[in-house]
This record gives sequence, C-alpha cells and structure tokens, in this order.
Amino acid sequence: MIGNLDSAVPPGDIGDKWTQHKFDMKLVAPNNRRKLDVIVVGAGLAGASAAATLGEQGYNVKVITYHDSPRRAHSIAAQGGINAAKNYKNDGDSVYRLFYDTVKGGDYRSREANVHRLAEVSVDIIDQCVAQGVPFAREYGGLLDNRSFGGAQVSRTFYARGQTGQQLLLGAYQAMMKEVAAGTVELVTKTEMLDLVVKDGVACGVVTRDLRTGAVERHSAHAVLLTTGGYGNVFYLSTNAMHSNATAAWRAHRRGALFANPCYTQIHPTCIPQAEEFQSKLTLMSESLRNDGRVWVPKDPDETRPAAQIPEEDRDYYLERKYPSFGNLVPRDVASRNAKTVVDEGKGVGPLKNGVYLDFSQAIERLGKEAISEKYGNLFDMYERITDENPYETPMRIYPAVHYTMGGLWVDYHLQSNVPGLFVLGEANFSDHGANRLGASALMQGLADGYFVISYTMANYLAGILGQPAVPTDDAAFTATEADVKNRINQFLSIGGTRSPDHFHKELGKIMWEHCGMARNEAGLTKALGEIPALREEFYKDLRVLGSGDSINQSLEKAGRIADFLELGELMCRDALERNESCGGHFREESQTEEGEALRRDDEFSHAAAWEWTGDPSNPQLHKEELVFDNVALTQRSYK
Amino acid sequence: MKLKLNIWRQIDRDAKGAMQSYELDEVSPEMSFLEMLDVLNEKLIAEGSEPVEFEHDCREGICGSCGVMINGQAHGPQKGTATCQLHMRKFSDGDEINIEPWRAAAFPVLKDLVVDRAPFDRIVESGGYITAPTGAGPDANLIPVPKDAADAAFDAAACIGCGACVAACPNSAAQLFTAAKIEHLNLLPQGQAEKHQRVLGMVGTMEQYFGSCTNHGECTEACPKEIPLDYIAFMNRDYVKAQLKNRKLLGQR
Repeated sequence: MIGNLDSAVPPGDIGDKWTQHKFDMKLVAPNNRRKLDVIVVGAGLAGASAAATLGEQGYNVKVITYHDSPRRAHSIAAQGGINAAKNYKNDGDSVYRLFYDTVKGGDYRSREANVHRLAEVSVDIIDQCVAQGVPFAREYGGLLDNRSFGGAQVSRTFYARGQTGQQLLLGAYQAMMKEVAAGTVELVTKTEMLDLVVKDGVACGVVTRDLRTGAVERHSAHAVLLTTGGYGNVFYLSTNAMHSNATAAWRAHRRGALFANPCYTQIHPTCIPQAEEFQSKLTLMSESLRNDGRVWVPKDPDETRPAAQIPEEDRDYYLERKYPSFGNLVPRDVASRNAKTVVDEGKGVGPLKNGVYLDFSQAIERLGKEAISEKYGNLFDMYERITDENPYETPMRIYPAVHYTMGGLWVDYHLQSNVPGLFVLGEANFSDHGANRLGASALMQGLADGYFVISYTMANYLAGILGQPAVPTDDAAFTATEADVKNRINQFLSIGGTRSPDHFHKELGKIMWEHCGMARNEAGLTKALGEIPALREEFYKDLRVLGSGDSINQSLEKAGRIADFLELGELMCRDALERNESCGGHFREESQTEEGEALRRDDEFSHAAAWEWTGDPSNPQLHKEELVFDNVALTQRSYK
Repeated sequence: MKLKLNIWRQIDRDAKGAMQSYELDEVSPEMSFLEMLDVLNEKLIAEGSEPVEFEHDCREGICGSCGVMINGQAHGPQKGTATCQLHMRKFSDGDEINIEPWRAAAFPVLKDLVVDRAPFDRIVESGGYITAPTGAGPDANLIPVPKDAADAAFDAAACIGCGACVAACPNSAAQLFTAAKIEHLNLLPQGQAEKHQRVLGMVGTMEQYFGSCTNHGECTEACPKEIPLDYIAFMNRDYVKAQLKNRKLLGQR
C-alpha cells in the first residue's frame, strides 16, 4: 500500500466548500476557450450534458459515441426519476437532508464533500431540465409533481412517467445538438474508444475504431472526459444495455488511472426473473413500483395455489414484517438480500421458483385501476409483453438483478483521475454513491457532473496549461498507442478457435454471479480468482471471431469488451476479498449482525480502495483514500 | 418451435444484397425476437459462417436501436411493440419469417440488417431544442404548465427515434418523427420563443432527405410508441402559421 491519495477536497464548512471553491478556482476567459480542445467519450446523461455546457461556453468539443445516435445511450432506459432537494412538497427536505440520506444510503463509504456538492446542484438540474422542455409529471395546477422513491422519507423525486431517463437524455441530447448546429461540438458517431493516449503522464487523446469501416483513428485534445457508464455487464446478465461495457475505463486504467471500489455492485431488487438459459438480458421494473406494490411470498415453500387464491394468513409480507418503519421502501441492497433469503429458503414463486411477488391488488382497490395505470401503465404493459401475464390481475414476479456499479475510475473532488487531463463523470467514476446508490440518484449525478461541476473544475485545470498546443496526432505517443490497438484487433481476428465471444461472456457471468453477486465469502472469491484467469487463458486460445476488421463486425467489438471484462472481473473479486466487511451492496457473509444485516468494520475499512494496474492482471497494487466524516456520524444503518 | 428464416444479407453499403434462408430448430416461445436471432448467430458461428449483423442495445424498447421488417411489417405483428420486445409466442411452429432492414433511400443499408439513420440527428440539429444555456433557467415551478399540455408534449416526446415510421411509409416520409420532435417542444410554454424557426428549420431539413406525406397513416400503425397522427396535423398547422408570421420577413416589410 502506498500513501493516502489526495482527494483535493477544499477546506471550509461542508455547506460553503463548493461556493468558496468555485471562486478560488482559476477561470479560462471566453476568448481562450475556443483554442482548447476537449474530447468527451460517451453521450449519455453525463457526456451529453457536459458537451452541451462546454460547447455553450465556447470550448472546442468533440463527442465520440459508439451508438449511431447519441440519444441511444443507456441513460435512456432509466425509469423511476431524479432526486432534487427542492422541497416543493414542504415535507422537510433540504440540501442537507439529501446529502445526509445519500451518505447514509451509501453506507458511509462515499466522500462527504462530493455528496454535498451533488445535493447542492440537484436543485439547479431541475430548473435546467424544465427550461429545456423536459416534460416532467405535473399536478393539475400545472406545478411539478414529486414522489417518494426507494428509501427516502420525503417526496423529492421528479419523474416523467416511467421514462425519466429518456426525457432527461433527450433534453441533454437536444442541448448538445444545438451546439452541433452552432459548430462548437463535433459529433463522431459509431466510433468506439479503444485506448487512451498518455504522454509524459498526462492524458492527451484517444485512439478509436470506426465501427462501420474499421478505420483506427487518432484524436488529440487538452482534456479527455470519460462518460462511459458502468461495468454491470461483467455479469453477462444485467439490466444494462447489451453494448454497455467497461473498455474505455479499463483501457484508461491500464494506462495508469486508478480503479476504485470495483466490488461495489448494485443489485436492483425489482427485475423480471430469468426465464431460461438463452436469456440475453434482464429487464428492470422501476423501483417506484414499490410505492404501491407489496412484496410477499407464500409462507409454505410447497405452496401450489395461484397468488390470488392464497389467503392473507398464508402470505409472508417479509419486508413489512422485518422493517416496520420503511416496509417495502427499504434501500435496494436490503430489499435485494431479503429476496435472495426467501428464495434460498425455497419460497420463491413462478415456474422456476426464482422470484417474489410484487402485488398491486390492494393499491388497485384503494386508488382504482385508472390511477395505477396513470402512474405505471407503461411498466405494466412492458411486463405483460415479456411475461405474458397481466399485472393488473396477477401479482408481478420480481427478483434482484445487477443494475448499477458504484465503483469506477478514481477521481478527486475535481472529477479528475490521478492521470492529469483525464476526467471521469457519471457512473464511470466512483465518487458519490459509496457502497450503495439510492434510487433516482444516478440521473442526478450524471447531470450534476455534466451540467454543473465539470465546466468549473476542468477550467481550473486548463487555465494551468493555457498557451500549450494539444499534442499533435503524429506524436510518438499516438503512434505507439495506435499500434497497440491494431495489434489487439488482429489478435482477436487471428486466434481462430472454436468458441464465440458470447460463450466466454456467459461463463464469466456465471462465475461472477455465483461468487461475487449478492453475497460473497472468502472461499467463493478465492475460487473465482482461480477460475477467471483460467477462463481468460482459454479465451485467448479458443476464441472465434469470423469476418474482417474493416467492416461492421459485432463479434469483434464484443471480443474486445469481453477481454477487458475478463480482467476487470478478476479485480472485482480481488477487491471483494480484500474488503473483509459488509457495506451497502457488498455483503460479505463473514461480516453480518446477528439479524443477518450488513456489518461494517469502520476501523479497518473506512476508505476507498483504488487499484493500480501493474501489467499483471492478477497482481494489482492497492492504494487507499481514507474517508473522513466530519458531518455525518457513522452508525449502523437501520430501516426497522 | 421450428422456423424457416429468410434474412437479408448484404456485405456493405455498396454491395448488392440478397435474401438467404436458414432453418432454426428449438425456438422457445419465451424468447424475444432478438434472442431468437442470437441463437441463430451462435449456430452460424459454430458452423463457421459469419453471423447476421443487426442493431440492438437496451432490449427494453426505449433506446430505439433495433428495428427490422418482419414479414413486411416494421417491428413485426404486435402493435405498439419494438422488435426487441416482440416475443416468439406471437409465431407458430413451422412459420416462415422474412427479415429485412428498413427500406428507405434516406436510410442506406450498412450491412445485413443495419441501416444508417443519421438524417434523424440532422433534423434535430435544425431546431429540435430549446435554447436554454446551462444555468440560465428560472425556478422550475415559475411557469406552470397545464397538465393537459404537459401530457400532450409527453406523448410526442415518447418517440424513440427508431425509424419504423419511415420504413412503414410507402413514400419513406419522416413526418411522424419530425412532428413528434417539433410538437414535444412547441406544445410547451418553454418552447414558444423558437416555435416558428423550429418548425421551418426542421421541416426544411426533413424535406432534403425524406419523401412526402400523403396521409396513409402507416407510420402510426408501425410506431412502437403509438404516436398519434394528430401531431402531423399540429406540425402542419405550426408550419403554415410560421410561414405567415415569419418574423424575419415581417421585419423586412
């Protein structure tokens, strides 16, 4: 272990830090901004909002996305909502409460100063989105509606039916397209970042592959922003989009950026259970459903009656029973683990007995079918399309699935990684959610970073290198990185084995879910640490990628992403093994209370674990950032 | 289930494509249409043949990446459903299924079932936004938006930009997409200042790439979000108004 990492958190009272620091940071004058090139990789909420904002300010921005249109990034699929401390409902919310709830919800493993800043700018996000025309839900008086969401005792969640993510992303995308029209943002679509270029320890550009023609290209800039999302697809089955991957982040890691808390994975409690082996992905049902749905399983593991015929006394509403004050609204990690417990006890429902009921019959009785349909209609329709069951009549079946990753590239208070010039925003960084993210906070963080943080902190960096030209793309650093990228592509094409990329992805997913999923222990993690390198070796011997590298070739794209997952998966298991405590989404069976709740060990593990690439995927170097809690007292979370 | 699949194969943008037939056994009714294609691709790879390229990503019917013609219908037989959400229980054992890419001059085929839909971004770039620079917005509750207006805007904003409307149209017109994009903003109080410029700019760009609307209504039938035809009428209304009230021209009077 090497010394404590410098988080660059400014001094001062928690409530004043950001305001004071905005004044203390250096600025770049408008006439200098057009001389500064910025690359944004990824065009989800964080990327599109950053690109729009930086374009408006006059920087020379290039956005690189592997989608054919930026509007397709996976932020689009977020359903539930976005938190903001507006207190429009007059029910006791405040910036401090949102800050407090987020630190507590993250099980005291996040950085206080970042979280407070997030809560502060949350209110500006809503103003910004409404000004852009985001059609949030409204009351009949025309004012904005709010609801309470996953683990919050106040109504602070703004929403747009079941498609808040799509509406927020369209807002950011449209703002960015305005800048494309203005000429400040250049949009590069169907192009994937395959490596980061670092010269003298400073990030200076990226190497990409055009997914249509296979052309490998060099892009130079004064600053590189990675807004490339999370790595949940390491599990193969997750709620992430099929193409979501960790390659940009992992390649940056291999070029020196530290990867922090990789074991912090969020398992979302309300997804449709897996149907069969061929299944390609899992579908999330918004957590907002828990506001009106009641979770239960039959008391008898051998129950055979259909749900509607099981009388009340034979049902176990286990969340309401165990957590009387939060009931069905306990945080995600708690809800997920409890679902696993009852299914492991054999009380699961559905043909494979791999789900629990989420029952709306009482809500429909109380509020009427129309009111429920107004709130959740599109979710109910989606459920019916997938399962062929009507949730207005029979309870939904749900089960936890991998949904979000709290870990990511390590960044300081400025969202800058330990590689100067490399900034990481949104889910791709590790900073704000600790060991567990609260519902409706992912959209908030993506937009906070993109709209309201990066333009200040990146300017502070760029002001220090004013007058320096960007590294030219014919520099030796670019030439060498491009050669690495081309070699890797040729390697995948020339192995000539017998197994498809998906085969290896599924195998990796099984190892990860088995040993690094909802519950982890030393024996399982040690086993996984043996199995993953073996699978990786087999991958490089027996992979089959057909076709060529100079046209659309999705097998080739997948091969690169899976190769990176095969290294990242190992790091996740290593991090999970090293962190011999339970916290948030990371549950070590060795560390639990008598009642089976997560037991933190603050004396030993109150830090962020940031791993350094050493060249050997099985032997990374651990660095630590000690977490300091000046404002929120560390307690055992209790939702009883 | 056992199926016969006739799938469009085309090496690249300039190549001539053709339909090719494949037999596929053991298709489960629980599979989604794209999972059925996954199974086909795994089989092809095992046999040493190049897999079929098709666009897909979220597989939840929201990203708008996927979309193929299934027996001549954009997104297939189930109403209000994108290809990724269509399940094989809608088909029967022994069925023969034709699978083709979107067919439209503005959406050239890049490979197999993958087309280039970049003209949609060009339309949005021509005015499909509200100019509200970051940080400049007033308090979100300053301007009440009547719930009816918010709901109508939302129904338009539900568009996922998949291109099924264009593929289903005998003229390859993009009226439904463009109208949805325009009216999402034009129906809101925040969108009023740029209302006229928006409709003139976006319709102008649309006409550069796409065919003309002759009111067939196939677009709405194919739309996975069931966006109603009314929005095209709203767009036409706004277009006429904008022509009459063109502020630039008024200024020159």
